[in-house]
Amino acid sequence: MRNPKFCLILAVILAAVVNGFSSVINPYYYDILITIGINVILAVSLNLVIGYTGQFSLGHAGFMAVGAYFSAWMTGRYGVLFGESAPATGAIYVLALILGGLAAAFAGLLVGSPSLRLRGDYLAIVTLGFSEIIKGVIQNAEPLGAQRGLGGIVQHTNFFWTFFGVALAVYGVLTLVHSTYGSGFLAVRDDEIAAEAMGINTTKYKVLAFVIGAFFAGLAGGLYAHFKQFIHPEGFNFLKSVDIVVMVILGGMGSTAGVCLAAALLTILPEVLRMLSDVPWLPEPARHLADNRMILYSLLLIVLMLNRPQGLFGRLRFGAGKP
Amino acid sequence: MIEFLQQLINGVAQGAIYALIAIGYTMVFGVLRFINFAHGDVYMLGAFAGFYTAPGILKIFGGGPSYAGAAAVLLTAMVICAGIGVLIERICYRPLREHPRLTVLITAIGVSLLLGSGGQYVFGADPKAFPEIIADAAIELPTSWGSFSTLTITIGQVLVVGCTLVLLFVLKTVVLHTKTGLAMRALSLNPTAASLMGVNLDAILSFTFAIGSAMAGAAGVLTSIQQPSIDPLMGVSAGLKAFVAAVLGGIGNIPGAALGGLLIGLLETLVVGYVNPTYRDPLVFAVLILVLLFRPSGLLGKPEREKV
Amino acid sequence: MSLLELQNASMQFGGLRCVCGLSFSLGDNELVGLIGPNGAGKTTVFNMVTGVYPPTSGTVMFEGVKVSGQRPYRITGRGIARTFQNIRLFGSLSVFDNVRTACNMHLRHGISHALLRGRGYREEEKTIRAQVGELLEIFGLLEHRDRPAKSLPYGDQRRLEIVRALATRPKLLLLDEPAAGMNATEKNDLMRLIRFTREKFGLSILLVEHDMKIVMEICERILVLEYGRKIAEGSPREIREHPDVIAAYLGQEVA
Repeated sequence: MRNPKFCLILAVILAAVVNGFSSVINPYYYDILITIGINVILAVSLNLVIGYTGQFSLGHAGFMAVGAYFSAWMTGRYGVLFGESAPATGAIYVLALILGGLAAAFAGLLVGSPSLRLRGDYLAIVTLGFSEIIKGVIQNAEPLGAQRGLGGIVQHTNFFWTFFGVALAVYGVLTLVHSTYGSGFLAVRDDEIAAEAMGINTTKYKVLAFVIGAFFAGLAGGLYAHFKQFIHPEGFNFLKSVDIVVMVILGGMGSTAGVCLAAALLTILPEVLRMLSDVPWLPEPARHLADNRMILYSLLLIVLMLNRPQGLFGRLRFGAGKP
Repeated sequence: MIEFLQQLINGVAQGAIYALIAIGYTMVFGVLRFINFAHGDVYMLGAFAGFYTAPGILKIFGGGPSYAGAAAVLLTAMVICAGIGVLIERICYRPLREHPRLTVLITAIGVSLLLGSGGQYVFGADPKAFPEIIADAAIELPTSWGSFSTLTITIGQVLVVGCTLVLLFVLKTVVLHTKTGLAMRALSLNPTAASLMGVNLDAILSFTFAIGSAMAGAAGVLTSIQQPSIDPLMGVSAGLKAFVAAVLGGIGNIPGAALGGLLIGLLETLVVGYVNPTYRDPLVFAVLILVLLFRPSGLLGKPEREKV
Repeated sequence: MSLLELQNASMQFGGLRCVCGLSFSLGDNELVGLIGPNGAGKTTVFNMVTGVYPPTSGTVMFEGVKVSGQRPYRITGRGIARTFQNIRLFGSLSVFDNVRTACNMHLRHGISHALLRGRGYREEEKTIRAQVGELLEIFGLLEHRDRPAKSLPYGDQRRLEIVRALATRPKLLLLDEPAAGMNATEKNDLMRLIRFTREKFGLSILLVEHDMKIVMEICERILVLEYGRKIAEGSPREIREHPDVIAAYLGQEVA
C-alpha cells in the first residue's frame, strides 16, 4: 500500500466493472457476495474499536440498526423528492446512506462519551444495554413499523455500492491506524495510563474510534436495508452483534486483512453447512449444523482464546504494511 | 393502593431471584475481578436440572408434589450447578488467569453462547413445562385484614423469598465465620498476599464458583416454581438483569447484590405494571448506565483505583 | 518564577497519608534528586505532579499555572513528561510507534486530514517520522526501530521510555527509578545519558532513585522524603551529613 488513495480508486473502479456483470452472476451467489460485503464493513469497523483501540463493544448491531432504519425511513419518505428518475432516486439513496451512517455515528457519540470511561467488561455490557435500548425504541416507534418490522424498502443496493462501502471502510481504517493518530489508538489499547502520560486524551481517542466504527456500521445497515427490502428489530439483536464479534476475533484483533477474510468465511460457512443437510450419508447431527452454528461459533471462540488469542489470520496484512 | 402493594409483593418475589443470581456475579468478581458472562446460563441449567430430576425425585418422596420433594429437587439442582460452575472455571478460566482481560471476557462470552446454544440443541429450543414440585396456590388471607385480604400472595412467592433469605444467611455465615470465607475475603483484597499467606488460590476459586453457581441453580428452580415455563435462552435476560443488580448494589459486595436484586425486581415489576412492558428491559439497562455514570462503585461498594 | 512548585500538597488514600503538606520548587534546567526510604511517597509525588492522582489538598503549579486537578494528558501537554517505575511501554507496538505516540499531542492537522491524506498532512507525517528517527538515532535505538517494544532487552526498554517521554518535548522530565535493575556499566551509561539529556534538550529533571551513588553524583540538589514529609533539602554534601537523613536511612539510635 504505497499509495492508499490510489488503491481506493482502483478498488472503486473494480467494483464498478464487476457491477456491470452482475446480471450474469447467479442470484444466489450474488446475494452471498453482497452479504459478504456488508459483513466485511461491519467487521472491519468493529475491529477499529475492539482490535485497534481495545474497547470491547457488544452493541455493533445497534448502530447498524440506526443506520438501517434511518436510511430506510428517509428513502421511504423522501425517495422521490427530486423526481422518479433513476439518478434522482439514486442520489437520495446515497444521501440516505451517508445520513444513516452519520445518525449511527451520532448514536455512537451518545453511547461512547459517557460509557467509555468504564473498564472493559463493563463497557461490553453497557454497549449491549444500549443496543437493547435502541431496539426497544424501534419496537415502540410506529413510523418505523414497530414490532412488525419495516418493509417496502426500494432495492438500491447493488454490487457497486456495497463494495464502494467496503473500499471506504478498509481504506478509512487502514489509513487511520497507520497514521500518527493510529499510534494513539494503539497506545490506548496497550496501556491507558501510559497513553495519558504521552499527552493522549484517551477518552477522545476512544470516542473517536467508537464514532467512526458506528458510522461504518450505520452505512452497512443502510446497504443492508436497501438490499433485503425488509428490516425487523430482531434482526439487529444481541446475536447479530456476536456474529460480528466472532468475525473480528476469528480474523485476529487488529488485523484488517484477517478480519476481512474471516467475515467472508463466516458468511459462506452457514451456506456450506446448509448444503450438508442434503448429504444423505452424513450422521444426523452433522446435517443440522446450519441450525446450530452458534454452538460452532462459541466453541471456536473458546478454543481460539485458550490456544490462539491472536485469531486465525492475525498475522495477515494488506500490502507490505508500510503506510 | 392495594394494586400498588400487590405490585410490590410481586416485585419482591422477582427481586429475590435476581438477588440469588447477582450473588454469583459479585462473588466471582470479588476474587477474580472479571464478569462471568456464563453465569446467567448456569441459572438456566439449574432450571433444567430441576426439570429432568424432579420426576424421579418426587417418586421417591411419594409421587405427588411435596415440600420434602421440592427441597430435594432444589438441593440436587444446586449440587449439579455447583459442579458445572467448577468445571467451567477449571476448563475455561483457569488456563487464562494470567492473560489479558479481553481474552478472558471473550472466553466468558463464548461459554455463555455455548451453554445457551448447546442447551437449545440438547434440550430442544421450545419452552418446556416445569413439573409441579409443590402445590402452588394463593394463600387465603384472613378477612379481618379488610381490603388487604384481596392481595394475592402465593405459596411459591413465600417459598422463593424464604429460601432466598435462608440461602443468604447461610452464605453470610460461610463468608464471615469460616476459614474458607476468610480466605475468600483475603483473596479479594490482595491475591498475591493471600497466596503468600498459604491461601490455596485454586481451591478457593473452585469454591467460589461452586457457591455462586449453586445459588444460580437454586434461583433456576425457584423461578420455575412460579413461572413453570423454561427454555434454554431464559438465562440471557435474567443473567443480564442480575448483573445490573450486582453493579447497582456495588459489584464485589454480597449484601449489595441482594439489595440490587431486590431493587431491580421492584423496578421491573413496576414498569410492567404502570408503564409499558416493552420498556422493561431497556429501562433496566438505563439504570445500569445511570449507575455506572454517577456512582460506578454502586450503592454499597467502595471505589477502587488502579495502582501506578 | 520557578518551573514547578508544590504548595502544601498532600495525598491521602482512605486513612493512609502518603504525602503530607509537601512544598518545594524546581527551577529551569535543574537536576534534582528525590530520595527517601521505601514507601516514603516518592512515586506518589510523581503521580500528583502528572495528574494520575490529583492531590487531596494543596496545589501543584507549573510555570505559574495551577495544574493540579487537570487530567494527565493536559499536564503532559503543558510540558511535564515522565517514565514509570515499572516500565509501561506499549508492548505490542514497535519502538518507532512507541515514540510516535508522543507526537499525537503536537499534531496540527485534524483526524479528517489523516483520513483524506492531504498534502499538508503527509508533510507533517514526514516531519514526525524524521523527528522520531532522529531521537532514536541519538539514543542508539534506531537499529531496533521496527522491533516490538516488549522484545527489547531491559536496559533498552528503560532508555526507550526516556526517549518516548522526550518526544512530548517536555520542559520538565520526571524519571522514576531509571537505574532499577541495571548493572554497574549500565548505570554509568545512564548517568551520562541523563546529563546529556538535560544539556541537549535544555530541560529540568526530577529524579527518583534508590542508588545513592547516582543521585549524589549527578544531582545538584536533593530532597529527602520520609513518611510523606520532607525532612531535608540541600546539596549532596549537605544531605550526606544531615542527621535526620542518616537517621531515616540507618535508624535512630535509642538514647
